[in-house]
Amino acid sequence: MQHEPTDIAIVGVGQSDFRSLYAASDRPRDAFALAAGALREAIEDCGIDKDEIDGLLTCRIPYDRLATVAGLPHPRFVHDLEGTGRMSGIALQEAVALISSGMADVVACVYGNNGRSAKVKYGGDGGGPTAAYDEMYGMTSPGAYVALMYQRYRGMYGAGEDALAPLAINNRRHAALNPVAVLQKEFTREEYLNSRYIAEPLRLLDYCLINDGAVAFIVTSMERARSLRKPPVRVAATAGMGHVTNYYTAEDFFYSASQDVASRLYEQSGITPEEVDCLQIYDNFTPTILFTLEGFNHAPRGEAWQWVDEEKIRHDGPRPLNTAGGHTSESYMQGWAHHVESVRQLRGEAGARQVPGCSTVQYMCASPIVTSHILTNDGAVAR
Amino acid sequence: MSTQSTQSRAESYEALLPEITPENQPYWDGLAESELRLQNCDACGEYRFPDSEVCPRCLSGSFTWRAVSGRGRLWSWIRMHQRYLSAFDDVRPYLVAYIKLDEGPPIISTLVEAPDDLAFDLPVRAVFEPGFSERTILKFAVERPEDSE
Repeated sequence: MQHEPTDIAIVGVGQSDFRSLYAASDRPRDAFALAAGALREAIEDCGIDKDEIDGLLTCRIPYDRLATVAGLPHPRFVHDLEGTGRMSGIALQEAVALISSGMADVVACVYGNNGRSAKVKYGGDGGGPTAAYDEMYGMTSPGAYVALMYQRYRGMYGAGEDALAPLAINNRRHAALNPVAVLQKEFTREEYLNSRYIAEPLRLLDYCLINDGAVAFIVTSMERARSLRKPPVRVAATAGMGHVTNYYTAEDFFYSASQDVASRLYEQSGITPEEVDCLQIYDNFTPTILFTLEGFNHAPRGEAWQWVDEEKIRHDGPRPLNTAGGHTSESYMQGWAHHVESVRQLRGEAGARQVPGCSTVQYMCASPIVTSHILTNDGAVAR
Repeated sequence: MSTQSTQSRAESYEALLPEITPENQPYWDGLAESELRLQNCDACGEYRFPDSEVCPRCLSGSFTWRAVSGRGRLWSWIRMHQRYLSAFDDVRPYLVAYIKLDEGPPIISTLVEAPDDLAFDLPVRAVFEPGFSERTILKFAVERPEDSE
């Protein structure tokens, strides 16, 4: 059956206990078992029958093995998404497209990552067409390409040595309120400044961590959602645009693509940036948050580093940001866990880090494919 | 430093270098002759890097390798502290630069004799030097006023 794109909802979410999985493992964990566990939680969360799942989108793990492990032998639509962070937003977009077109009615989006126990290295191998040309200068790892952007950004706009500290501190403070977050020990601005450089000007505390875990969410029509266990989280709008070049470095910090996405997103949803109650921003490295805030009109261009006051962005402040602890402190699930946190905030399930009166959440990812969604709890959509 | 460790560094560095192929041979030949050569599209004039069969602007498969000015601007730079590649063990932290060539393409490289007071958009020019092995690789130097005519 076909549905309006704005009548699609996330109905169930599940994820691993990232904290317990961070304990050392002497052999690689099974990413498929982790993924099946997250899927089981998502199914229990919404109370849907597993056999109703007729679309399967997987990320970082091939669909056929997961379909076997999780007993989903007859999906009507499948797609493997590559294991990059930009794909988490795309997974939800594809689910929306499938359900609105009638290609599938209930789509499970599943991500599995055993990167820590399998000792995956993010620098020193792989990469695009220039990787071999870059490595002869010692250039490698996504963080280094983001560091190039941030070096220029801070030179253009005058951001000081501690400009990223509020973002790293904010993530950690929220992680301390999140029982499954991997890193919960809070630190001060001085401790931030004493942390070692990785790719200067970026420090260790600006970097995402690497951990094992899985995330799943289940998407269906609002119509089907109404008879499920939990209040549906409506996808009020979603949009994307590429900024694909030879390098992860975008010379405009993904600004033009973000602006394009933002204008369509705010128009489709009828929601303005000021009306968003909670910001969930893809934060592979802390400068990405600044680029995103500016690209999506939450902060004036060139001023996000001044906008991100520590009191402003905490869960009980006026502009709550990355309330689960983000990639630097909760878990590096490549944007997937940010989706789970969005749903939990909208349902009032976020415990000690709950944003009071949260009815609108925006997910944003500034990367070579820029994506953003506005998610609302039912009834909150401006009509 | 012992001869042995110098040798192993050269070997680990050699392993990082792009393989020379029929497609990229003109690039390496140019560097050996102290020239930066790039593919130039015969149909639309677009320069591109690294080597590619088709022009990303007009999709033409017809191109000519041409020497370019070697001039550009320092778009940005970082100092790499993390140990990712053992070939760089003796020089960490080391500088990596993102250069915008005057002809258009951006390119990752490094600066020789980098001044302490770097600033973005400083003019730079290509220099041709060995890396930690025999092969000539492309590096850049910040232009000083007396360098230009």
